[in-house]
Amino acid sequence: MNIAVLVKQVPNTTEIKVDKETGALIRKGIPTIINPDDLSAVEVALKLKATHGGKVHVFTMGPKSAESMLRELYARGVDDATLLCDKAFAGSDTWSTSLVLSTALKRHRFDLVIAGRQAIDGDTAQVGPQVAEFLGIPHISYVDEIRGVDATHCFLRKKEEKQSMHLKCPFPLLITVLDGIAKPRYMNMTHIFNNASRDVEILDNDALAIEKADLGIKGSPTKVKKTYAKSITKKTTAESLAPEDAAERILAVLREKGGMPDAL
Amino acid sequence: MDHLLNDQHKLVQKTLRDFTANEVKPLAKAIDEGERFPRETVSKMAEMNLFGLPFDTAYGGAGGDTVSYAIAVLELSKACATTGVILSAHVSLCAAPIATWGNDAQKEAYLPGLLSGASLGAFGLTEPNAGTDAGAQKTVATEHDDHFVLNGNKIFITNAGEADLYIISALTNPDARHRGISLFIVEADTPGFSVGKKEMKLGIRGSSTRELILDNVTVPKANLLGKRDKGFAMIMEILSGGRIGIAAQAVGITEGAIEEALRYTSERKQFGKPIISFQNTQFMLAEMETKKEAAKQLLFKAARYKDQGRPYAKEAAMAKLYAGNTTTEVTQQAVQLFGGYGYTREYDVERMMRDAKITEIYEGTNEAQKMVIANMMMKEGAA
Repeated sequence: MNIAVLVKQVPNTTEIKVDKETGALIRKGIPTIINPDDLSAVEVALKLKATHGGKVHVFTMGPKSAESMLRELYARGVDDATLLCDKAFAGSDTWSTSLVLSTALKRHRFDLVIAGRQAIDGDTAQVGPQVAEFLGIPHISYVDEIRGVDATHCFLRKKEEKQSMHLKCPFPLLITVLDGIAKPRYMNMTHIFNNASRDVEILDNDALAIEKADLGIKGSPTKVKKTYAKSITKKTTAESLAPEDAAERILAVLREKGGMPDAL
Repeated sequence: MDHLLNDQHKLVQKTLRDFTANEVKPLAKAIDEGERFPRETVSKMAEMNLFGLPFDTAYGGAGGDTVSYAIAVLELSKACATTGVILSAHVSLCAAPIATWGNDAQKEAYLPGLLSGASLGAFGLTEPNAGTDAGAQKTVATEHDDHFVLNGNKIFITNAGEADLYIISALTNPDARHRGISLFIVEADTPGFSVGKKEMKLGIRGSSTRELILDNVTVPKANLLGKRDKGFAMIMEILSGGRIGIAAQAVGITEGAIEEALRYTSERKQFGKPIISFQNTQFMLAEMETKKEAAKQLLFKAARYKDQGRPYAKEAAMAKLYAGNTTTEVTQQAVQLFGGYGYTREYDVERMMRDAKITEIYEGTNEAQKMVIANMMMKEGAA
């Protein structure tokens, strides 16, 4: 089974800072990590490969510096890695990004494409499904278990808010997975010394030949009007009261704000 | 120090830091208190191929080097010195001798298991009356047609009882003392071979340290490692390699203690401000850090010399001597910086201080290191 995995290098949000003036994320100097959901996607792919054979090929769109992330995936046992890197791609929204990724994927034949549910920096969860649309293949998002595969079909569990669905879908298909689906393995010492220094395939737009008008900020239908950091404007008050009086007081305040039924 | 590491070393460091934070640190306190060998961690280390790290890929090794091995022991030991020494004893004292002196049949029989981590290794050298004076050992191997019969007792054996494979030193020519020692590969389930008393220790309490009892243990001649009667020189070389592992363990404990001290002194307030704002704290931290860095340089110099195929016995002894002294001193200072809290078991520095002391004792006491260093100096001076 040949599997493609879509991955993204993201800022480590545990160390993230927001520019108070512009409300934008300060990316400079922030360590980057592999998007956690994507790392689980890679793990799912490596497990499927271990059971069913085939190859795992990871794709990312990003700056040249994303090469180091791909080498870390080599060190986990990934077979091939492609970095889609061109100035023309910079600033692309999810639609343009999906176009770039799907154009690169079309150069190969994959039975299964796996993406993480969403990236921790943008949180859109759009790229996976959009790539499937560009490829013209079915997609199932929010997958939390691969129940099995046979020669023609994949059997999955899709998790939704209050229910789970067991689904059967023919290959080829794209799935997006939740990070709980598999605990990512650590880098393996043998892979570090024997695979991690292999070349990463780097493709620019000369190779992909996508219309310039569909790329970058100009080619992106999403227009960001304003970015701002949430701020809390309501004032808080502190009162020292005995527990029973405090409960009464809290109830009174909640009633005043309309957050509690009168009957309580 | 990190500027000397190549990309692969940095990946080893990165993944070992993640592994230590997620898998090793959460267990460190419990395995110390329960004096429990962390078998589950050993399995996870095997999955990453850590046990084959510095060995050739031919028999399942990872194809790494001594520098990467030192990084691995160091990073593990930052959170748990017990876990660090499990790897060190396995790699330096059991797998390395077989990889170095084993014949093809021995390598084929034992290396795949050892390097994959499917079997764990140990080394039986020390005896009740043969510590630093390794030539005074009494365990004997008497020759028969196609086998030797081993009889004797070994003590303080790291990984004993947990290991599947042991390298055992024994006299094949008792009258010749250290010129009559040979090394044998002994499987744990060989009849007559058993583990005795488990030592209750000051530190590295999760590490299994036990006595080995050899009661008419029949070992086939095929399991004689290297040349008969030439074991002493091999032992000296094994210990030199092992000293890199223990120096790495010592630097790891030191680094871990400094990290704890830095965090604590930044948070702990007295007289209205964090105690790190006091010059005494800063001066202590500065000295701790400088000594740690010096120890680290000695460690990686020895590791690089070994990787380059240069003589490294003196470098390894200096690294272990200094790193051992340093970790004992620095962990005590870390406890001091924590004050009363540092003396309680609630904080990791208490365990680190107990763990540190062993690095001045095993793989040759620090006094033995000085003997090695001075001997090398005299040889160099004579040359």
